[in-house]
Amino acid sequence: MNRDESISIWFFIGLLILIYGVLIVGAGIAGLSSPPPVVMANLHVGIWWGGLLVVVGAVYVYFFRPGRTR
Amino acid sequence: MFCLFLLQSRERLIHLSWVDTAIIAIYFLAVLAIGFYLKERTHTGEDFFLAGREMTAWIAGLGFLSANLGALELMGWAAASYQYGILATHWYWIGAIPAMLFLAIVMMPFYYISKTHSVPGYLKLRFGEPSRALSAISFAFMTVLMSGINMYSMALVMKVVLGWDIHFSIWISSLTVAIYVALGGLRSAIFNEVLQFMLIWLGVLLIPVLGLKEAGGWSGLQQKIAERMGSTDYTHLWSTLGSFKDNPMGIHWTGIVLGLGWVISFGYWTTDFLVVQRVLTAKDLRSAKMAPVIGAGFKMLVPLIVIVPGLLGLALLPEKLVGEGAAVASHAHSYNEVLPLMLARYLGPGLLGLGITALIAGFMSGMAGNVTAFSTVWTYDIYRSLIRRDATDGHYVRMGRWCTILGVLVSIGTAYLVMQFLSIMDYVQALFSFFIAPLFGTVLLGMLWKRATPAGGFWGLLLGTLSSIGMWAWVKVDPGALSIIALSPNAKDMAENMYRGLWSWLVCVIVTVVVSLASRPLPEKQLVGLVYGCTEVPSEGDVPLFERPLFWAAIVSVVFVVLNILFW
Repeated sequence: MNRDESISIWFFIGLLILIYGVLIVGAGIAGLSSPPPVVMANLHVGIWWGGLLVVVGAVYVYFFRPGRTR
Repeated sequence: MFCLFLLQSRERLIHLSWVDTAIIAIYFLAVLAIGFYLKERTHTGEDFFLAGREMTAWIAGLGFLSANLGALELMGWAAASYQYGILATHWYWIGAIPAMLFLAIVMMPFYYISKTHSVPGYLKLRFGEPSRALSAISFAFMTVLMSGINMYSMALVMKVVLGWDIHFSIWISSLTVAIYVALGGLRSAIFNEVLQFMLIWLGVLLIPVLGLKEAGGWSGLQQKIAERMGSTDYTHLWSTLGSFKDNPMGIHWTGIVLGLGWVISFGYWTTDFLVVQRVLTAKDLRSAKMAPVIGAGFKMLVPLIVIVPGLLGLALLPEKLVGEGAAVASHAHSYNEVLPLMLARYLGPGLLGLGITALIAGFMSGMAGNVTAFSTVWTYDIYRSLIRRDATDGHYVRMGRWCTILGVLVSIGTAYLVMQFLSIMDYVQALFSFFIAPLFGTVLLGMLWKRATPAGGFWGLLLGTLSSIGMWAWVKVDPGALSIIALSPNAKDMAENMYRGLWSWLVCVIVTVVVSLASRPLPEKQLVGLVYGCTEVPSEGDVPLFERPLFWAAIVSVVFVVLNILFW
């Protein structure tokens, strides 16, 4: 699957996870002022899980970006 | 019954915010983008039907697993774990791991070296055209009908969980799958399956993490379930299987080991072309052997996101979930809603959208698996073999694209048919199960016994299938026959499939052996590349130990044994 001229599937996945991470962190920050009606809302799961997605997504995007020699 | 219940549910379980909706919309755009991107790389039949045979072990392995990880599977087994406890884990461990490793180490060399494009294609090489025709026609039509049933089930889930219009769900999801598969073929389906696999984990993993924290860890979970149910049986895998009446599933360990762990599991994981097709795309034999091993490693982890949420529901949800009939009568929630209920319990805006996207991704990967398998078997094993033998490669690719669209349209038709006549669903699901166990007997003897002849293979497959249909019809007409088939008056429905599979496999094997011994054997030179003992499997040379499939298969086996002992 890794022909030189192709974009790796892992790049697509990383990009999508990165976008999702940003959206979820944003929603988590918005929820600080009005916590959602869920169990353990005080943990602010959206912020740290979204942050994790941002980090994982960014790592994938960086290492599998088009044109990078592997 | 699952769908009957959902059809009669009244109100949506989950309300989405704008960010949740945006996450779902972005997912649809992403899968379509992958399809359009891969169209430029899909020219030949090998590209379209076998993804160019250039997948790495990781991609093929995750596609192999993901094609099976549909949302009905996620929701259905979460419901089963709420109902039956940790016993449902058997479908992920003994009901999958040994078979996946067997496929990798024993069977994959023959599938790969023979250069077949499908399981019916292997039967053609080994047993001749009649066996291929029987297998291909039954597989193609059952697959596309199953796809329609899954589509209908998905639309019902979306209606109940999100309040979406049922026609909107059917058309949007099926057309999306049709577009990305018709554009990029199997490569597009597999790439999307890998994406879907990641989303399923990222979307659902928070449930066990937060749930176990709330429950006080695994021991806290066990304690809460024991207090609620008045029994510790729900958190033990094997210790309650000594008798049919000692466990909520009404099954004996022999049914689990011989019926599920041997016949059903080996039949599905080693001969169902829907999953095997993913492995055939591997770039070389070592990758083809590693792919199922990688799949097995991840398969062992799936109970974390399926079984544990069901158990957490049993321990933590304030209301008691009930069976479908009682839920319709009392307006309570059903077992089948446990996973969406747990999503709604823990996940706020954004995360909820990711969780729902995971369910949609699961549905679409299952549907794409059915459609790609259908288009390959139809084009290569029915159209090229029985209708038009001498067309160009480009013609077969166009046929593959058109029958992808056709397959989706037939699936949509099936979905609407099921909507009118719900009982059709049970019949089609039963029909599909008739072929699995006998087919495993035929392929296994074909690969391991060089004395098996074309006549033996064909009659074994046919009579094994007919015996399965006969047993099913017998229980339909006389429910008391279940006690004869399952060998116990205490056996319940779940035991029927296990024992029916076991007996039909035995019929297939016995008939194949008897007819083969009575018919003329094939010369050995015809069996090269197809049968153990006539085929030289390429050596892995001086590949380091940690890169060898056998080494990782051994690691997975050890972990498998340890897990079963830990949760005994």
